[in-house]
Amino acid sequence: MSNDYILEVQNITKDFPGVRALDDVSFSVKRGEIHGICGENGAGKSTLMSVVSGVHPHGSFEGTVQVHGKNAQFKSVRDSEKVGLAIIHQELALSPYLSIYENMFLGHIKPRFGIINWDELVKRSGPFLKRVGLFDPPETVVSKMGVGKQQLVEIARALSKNTELLILDEPTASLNDDESEALLKLISELRNEGLTCVLISHKLDEVLSVADRITVLRDGESIRTYDTKTETVTKADLIKDMVGREMNALFPEKTPKIGDVVFEVKDWTVYHPEYHDMKVVDNASFNVRKGEIVGFCGPMGAGRTELMMSLFGRSYGSRSEGQAYLHGDEITFSSPHDAISKGLGYLSEDRKSLGLILIQDVKSNITNSSLPKLSKWGVVDSHREVHAAEEYRQKLNIKTPSIDQLVRNLSGGNQQKVVVSRSLLAEPEIFIVDEPTRGIDVGAKYEIYTILNQLAAEGKSIIMITSELPEAIGIADRIYVMNEGEIKGVLNRDEATQEGIMHMALN
Amino acid sequence: MSDSTLTEHTMSFGQFLKKNVRSYSMFIMLALIFIVFAVLTGGINFSPRNISNLFMQNSYVLILASGMVLVIIIGNIDLSVGSVCAFTGAIAAMIYNTGLGLVPTVILTMMVGAVIGSWQGFWIAFMRVPSFIVTLSGMLLFRGLTYVITNVTPISLRDEGFRQITSGFVSVKALTIGGTHYLSWLVGIIIAILFVFSAHVTRRNRIKKGFSIEPMLAFLLRNAFVVALIAVLSWKFAEFRGLPIVGIVLGIVVSILTFVTNRTVFGRYVYAVGGNARSAKLSGINAELVEFFVFVVIGSLAGLAGLVFAGYMNSALPQAGNLFELDAIASVFIGGASMSGGIGTVIGAIIGGLVMGVINNGMSLMNIGADWQYVVKALVLLLAVFYDIYTRRKAGLA
Repeated sequence: MSNDYILEVQNITKDFPGVRALDDVSFSVKRGEIHGICGENGAGKSTLMSVVSGVHPHGSFEGTVQVHGKNAQFKSVRDSEKVGLAIIHQELALSPYLSIYENMFLGHIKPRFGIINWDELVKRSGPFLKRVGLFDPPETVVSKMGVGKQQLVEIARALSKNTELLILDEPTASLNDDESEALLKLISELRNEGLTCVLISHKLDEVLSVADRITVLRDGESIRTYDTKTETVTKADLIKDMVGREMNALFPEKTPKIGDVVFEVKDWTVYHPEYHDMKVVDNASFNVRKGEIVGFCGPMGAGRTELMMSLFGRSYGSRSEGQAYLHGDEITFSSPHDAISKGLGYLSEDRKSLGLILIQDVKSNITNSSLPKLSKWGVVDSHREVHAAEEYRQKLNIKTPSIDQLVRNLSGGNQQKVVVSRSLLAEPEIFIVDEPTRGIDVGAKYEIYTILNQLAAEGKSIIMITSELPEAIGIADRIYVMNEGEIKGVLNRDEATQEGIMHMALN
Repeated sequence: MSDSTLTEHTMSFGQFLKKNVRSYSMFIMLALIFIVFAVLTGGINFSPRNISNLFMQNSYVLILASGMVLVIIIGNIDLSVGSVCAFTGAIAAMIYNTGLGLVPTVILTMMVGAVIGSWQGFWIAFMRVPSFIVTLSGMLLFRGLTYVITNVTPISLRDEGFRQITSGFVSVKALTIGGTHYLSWLVGIIIAILFVFSAHVTRRNRIKKGFSIEPMLAFLLRNAFVVALIAVLSWKFAEFRGLPIVGIVLGIVVSILTFVTNRTVFGRYVYAVGGNARSAKLSGINAELVEFFVFVVIGSLAGLAGLVFAGYMNSALPQAGNLFELDAIASVFIGGASMSGGIGTVIGAIIGGLVMGVINNGMSLMNIGADWQYVVKALVLLLAVFYDIYTRRKAGLA
């Protein structure tokens, strides 16, 4: 049954206003395999999946999609679900204030005489939740759970719909290593039980470890498909196909010039925004020196983002205690505005809801933080504004038709560069970057690392929160390890290993 | 020079039109409605008297709409403006009746409006009570206070001076020959020259700096349209009694607000907060303060509108301002603002207000009663907003 294709995609071409997102793409997925899809940001991976799943309805693109050997003409996602397709998007699509089981059956509840038997649904959700390894009570409201668990709810939901082909778009993007590993293991198990999976991921190691076949996309074209059983594929091969060139180093070279302590935090404690007695960060102390990149590692929920956001003008938590010193003087940041004016910059991990203003153009998104600087008597100098935005577009190599383009039309990596531009334009002395390379491709990652190194070389201090340990080891000079709201320890670059960090976090 | 800007330079007129059709459709709609009523009324709605009347009858709603658009851009709503108009109208009459001149009355009334705006803005921005609730409460509060200070009886004005703000005209004797008030031609010509000149300078600067520009044909058409509009208004005003004072007041309000929204840091913050409040805050924008000031602005404009309405009625009525808030809100949405915030323009709100005004006015001229006017207005609101959402979805902006 080697030629039993569950999904065949032929010659797909899809245009967006001004951009050709997909150009004559073909690939096919065999029944019962895990099919990895790799490609840089903007290579067309997500668009391709939207075409396959009916988000882009039949007729809005050229080419054919065949499911189970039959021509599929999906008018909406509902049509694709009917034939056993399910897609789990990068941004989870759960209703935050509903419980696990309500989310699971939302949209395909079969009521009896119009009345829903909730008890029955709770019971039915049980086996699926157990299958995916989620042991929280089904009544738990999903917004109270971490992203990793929410992901599991999505998978359980897909399973409960008799899904035969599950498409996962960057499933591990917001998961830590443990969670990622568990998820990949789950996918492999489900494959062995007969489920077919399409796995879109930037993390090539993951794809290589689980995928049976791998298709690489580049600039909207399908470059080639590898079969991991019959040929040996290495990360370097994939990277070469993705970027169209060989990439020798994943991390740029650097020679740090580290000076005195610039920023120091002592005994910082942050309380939960809703449960006012609950400590989210407990007595954290750390410092950053001039020209240094300091990494913050630890599992999800370790309190890293919460610590930094609370420092950045009390943007998180009901209250906080502790002292912060800038150049040896005690300092407080009463608001993000105050923090920015005192030299802090913060790049959020959640670029769509906390970073960007999606309905505005690239230019406004870059300049929003620095308008007072670009204006006189409260009137914006549009020429200086355009120049500033244009300068950063070129400096950071943001791929956009023009700075008047709406940011929502940009790919993830380019969106990230827009947010970075905004922070840089405000000229921070201490730049906090929270998962700066989440959900962006190898090429863009390398560019972001280069920018961070450059800033450090210019004498800025960088605090980098990251869940990717190789990244922390690759570019941080020192690494603080956090877990359960506490700083567990600190490692120098030369003594840091992935195992060492995990050990420290879990002890 | 990068490739991308080059492509913008060479964008053809057709492409440009296609890309910008949404921004022009409001103007086209207004013109069409006007022409339809011109046919139906045998051209009466195009008479000099009616054109002047159109501005007077709608001035207060237009003033409110141009402030309401800011409130809606930041994703809020103000239901209280009608009641605030009644309250400030009464205050204005009281101040004027003490013998203070018209100008001090205007300033003081707008200050009272600003205080009212600060009250509501305080609860909305700093105490985080939803604007719907705060202004619903304001709607009741200021209606009640109006009844208290007026004893539920109209306040008449001590002389004819007050009503000049709404029904007065500016005309210079030396420039009035044979019943034609050439002053309005003169003002019209000056404004037209200034407009064309500044448009030209902006365009030249953009070319010099290598920024993208609209095609020449579009530039010419746009300027020709504005000049023609100014010419028609000047002509109509000249043939009637001269420049309506309320038109000047409205012109000042619209110019200032357009400038503020397009060119100032505050205006840009308004759009940023409306587009994504949380992101705006993390970008260092004091979203609360922006919200607060937007309510101060709408408050003081409600003060001005209350005063203008009192001038229009030539007395301050306790029931004044009934349903003004809905007219203002409808104008803003007809003018292309988005319910979810971040999108909308002052000019759009004015066009939206005029669409409703022209329909009202035309139907009145046809002797169609208020009952049917409501029905037609309701459908126009619904269809206009539907059209906006529909075109936005097609353009991939939804």
